[in-house]
Amino acid sequence: MTRAIWMTYFVLMILLAMTTGFAYVDTGIAALNTAIALSIAVVKTLLVVLIFMEVKHSSKLTHIFVGAGFFWLGILLTLTMNDYLSRGWLGTGQ
Amino acid sequence: MRNYLNEDYRLSSWLLTRDHKRIGLLFMLSITGFFVIGGLAATIIRLELMTPAGDVVTADTYNKLFTMHGVTMVWFFLIPSIPNVLGNFLIPMMIGARDLAFPRLNLASWYLFMLGGFVTVYALIRGGVDTGWTFYTPFSTMFSNTHVVPALLGVFIAGFSSILTGLNFIITIHKMRAPGLTWMRLPLFVWTIYATSIILVLATPVLACTVGLLLLERIFHVGIFDPKLGGDPLLFQHLFWFYSHPAVYIMILPGMGVTSELITCFSRKPLFGYRAVAYSSLAIAIIGFLVWGHHMFVSGQSVYAGMVFSFLSFLVSIPSAIKVFNWTATLYKGRITFHTPMLYALGFVGLFSIGGLTGLLLAALAIDVHVHDTYFVIAHFHYIMVGGMVSAYLGGIHFWWPKMSGRLYPESWGRFAAVLLFFGFNLTFFPQFILGYLGMPRRYHEYPPEFQVLNVMSSLGATILAAGYILPLFYLGWSLKYGRVAPANPWNATGLEWQTASPPITHNFEVMPEVTAGAYAYTEHTPLPLEVADDPFARAV
Amino acid sequence: MTHLQEQYDDLEQQHEAAKLGMWAFLATEVLFFGGLILAYLVYRYLFPEAFRQGSKEMEVAFGCINTAVLLTSSLFMALAVQAAKVGKGKTVRRLLVLTALLGAVFLGLKSLEYRNHIRDHKFPGAAFHSELPHAEQLELFYFIYFAATALHALHLTVGCAVVLVIAWRAGRGAYSADYHSPVEVTGLYWHFIDVVWIFLFPLFYLLGQAS
Repeated sequence: MTRAIWMTYFVLMILLAMTTGFAYVDTGIAALNTAIALSIAVVKTLLVVLIFMEVKHSSKLTHIFVGAGFFWLGILLTLTMNDYLSRGWLGTGQ
Repeated sequence: MRNYLNEDYRLSSWLLTRDHKRIGLLFMLSITGFFVIGGLAATIIRLELMTPAGDVVTADTYNKLFTMHGVTMVWFFLIPSIPNVLGNFLIPMMIGARDLAFPRLNLASWYLFMLGGFVTVYALIRGGVDTGWTFYTPFSTMFSNTHVVPALLGVFIAGFSSILTGLNFIITIHKMRAPGLTWMRLPLFVWTIYATSIILVLATPVLACTVGLLLLERIFHVGIFDPKLGGDPLLFQHLFWFYSHPAVYIMILPGMGVTSELITCFSRKPLFGYRAVAYSSLAIAIIGFLVWGHHMFVSGQSVYAGMVFSFLSFLVSIPSAIKVFNWTATLYKGRITFHTPMLYALGFVGLFSIGGLTGLLLAALAIDVHVHDTYFVIAHFHYIMVGGMVSAYLGGIHFWWPKMSGRLYPESWGRFAAVLLFFGFNLTFFPQFILGYLGMPRRYHEYPPEFQVLNVMSSLGATILAAGYILPLFYLGWSLKYGRVAPANPWNATGLEWQTASPPITHNFEVMPEVTAGAYAYTEHTPLPLEVADDPFARAV
Repeated sequence: MTHLQEQYDDLEQQHEAAKLGMWAFLATEVLFFGGLILAYLVYRYLFPEAFRQGSKEMEVAFGCINTAVLLTSSLFMALAVQAAKVGKGKTVRRLLVLTALLGAVFLGLKSLEYRNHIRDHKFPGAAFHSELPHAEQLELFYFIYFAATALHALHLTVGCAVVLVIAWRAGRGAYSADYHSPVEVTGLYWHFIDVVWIFLFPLFYLLGQAS
């Protein structure tokens, strides 16, 4: 377990270097930079949650609890953005 | 007999108690106080609306009154009502545990609640708030010159009380069940409290965040909802209703749980479609999070989003209807007795159905545009929250009163109060449906003379309703000293809470129970609940 | 000395309840930060130019070093939990003190950074000043930045205090292989603070740097 923790730490530091470096690479598409930065953040989160927080070796119930917080955050973000992104779609001025 | 009430009489044994039953009673006393404050505001509102002219209070005072009514009733009565009083008292007993998982957090929850309550009441004493309970920006941040900050701070603090209580219930129900008590054997009250707790834990933090941002903006005159900076007041509404719509289900789900318990008990039948009713609670909790935008149909939200929210709002009626159908099916061929709790439960089913069905009208985009911000909306949600939740709360209080106090309440007075409440409620709020349909807007202290007849009817009903609320205070109080001593199980009900003494000992059970059957093992041989003829008080009058 | 509280049947039940309780609390915390994340998302969508400017004004070195500091503190925390499981109280204490120390380093760097923002008139309010075309919207960016990072710093401050208390108790032999829930539960909280920063770092510092 201790070995896995150290390995995770080194991978996390490499990912940190990668995300910082990539930020300065102009891919020409802003969305691509955003996608890369956020994907790396998600991978880092998964590493911390699964290894450091030992969710990998936890019960199914713990998995549900971990998922619930992010799932509900997803509801908040999705349904609100659904409003902002669809302004004016139906030609009613709203 | 030693029990949780006479274990220790010192004041400190109450103020520092970790016993879930005592904390439940502390909440009961506290929310009764807040109910009185909110009720007084409602009284003055109904008095003002007796005549078309604004002759009792000024428009400003009127604004403060309905805000005070809303804030105290929502956050300091309805939300903690069944979960914190009956939930606290019953959950550990119903699942065969000695206490909640985190007794100290439970006590902390009460202190936070009281602190929040006092801060909000301070705002009221200093002169009140006039924003409405929804605190819409930019009015609440830039224009209102009333005491928004302490009122919001109180709500913010009370929110953490909600979170702690919800968290405690979730962990308790997961980890503390008696041997043999599987999920499918749990009383439905436990299911609904579990579903409610999901909302408490996942919605309340968003309210806390939103209120925090609003406070920052109000205090420092700069913030993210400020239109001067390009800030969007609609973002506030999204955040606010992400909490406040699910909060409506905090205010009704526990009532549904109580009703399930009462209807099976007084029909002497297992609940029809147990599984469907259990899962429908979870469905309501989850779908309830997807519908908040129906409060914003006329706010400038995109029409497309309005359509999505409208559709999702219709979906949430399905699990609610499942419950109503199953309650009705449970009554079918049951051996029904009309004890006080049953009267409240039947009242709940009827009033909730009216509230729910009018909710469908409001969920339809086109109708909502017509009746938005009218008394139709007021009537709709009072049917859910007052007709539904308060009926269920009082039904539950009566049902478990023998367990809480060790005394029986006078049955005939109980029935009288329950019937009074039902008629008073309908007379108060049914005319408001018509008023709203005819176009009377909410939140005005004056109105055109043609609305007077219906308003007078409503105010008259409110008087009867008030009597229905006040009566139980007297006869329940009376029963504490003069009521007949309650046996362990006066209703001959199933359920673990009835297997322990009335009132129970501090850690609930002398012998920790093991469970071998479902919650509602009623058969045709189960004896009926205590007969009214046995009621000495009824005989005396 | 028994660590079993009277409402539980055994230590295992108590341990599981404590851990699950912390997970439920963390779910709450996700939604607590969620309000700010939503505000960020909405305004980034509405005002992409101002938010790009905001990121460009950030000193990435501060953010990057602070991320490394927090990740390292999480490493020590994870190791401390492992040590607690085998009952090595002194090791736990040493690792937890290191954890809290790194937390303090983060807070120190963050306050230096705040000082620079304030010096540059980037604190929202009357003193805010920017020559850029989207000054008002930039102020919104800074408002969300300050709100989110300050909330994070508040969590970290609480975290440092709790970690030090646990470290002190671990040194006095309060925990054993049988009973170490407080160490594990504190660990979960600490890692969560780390996760929040893992998102705040790209959102405020990195997006928009390239263009």
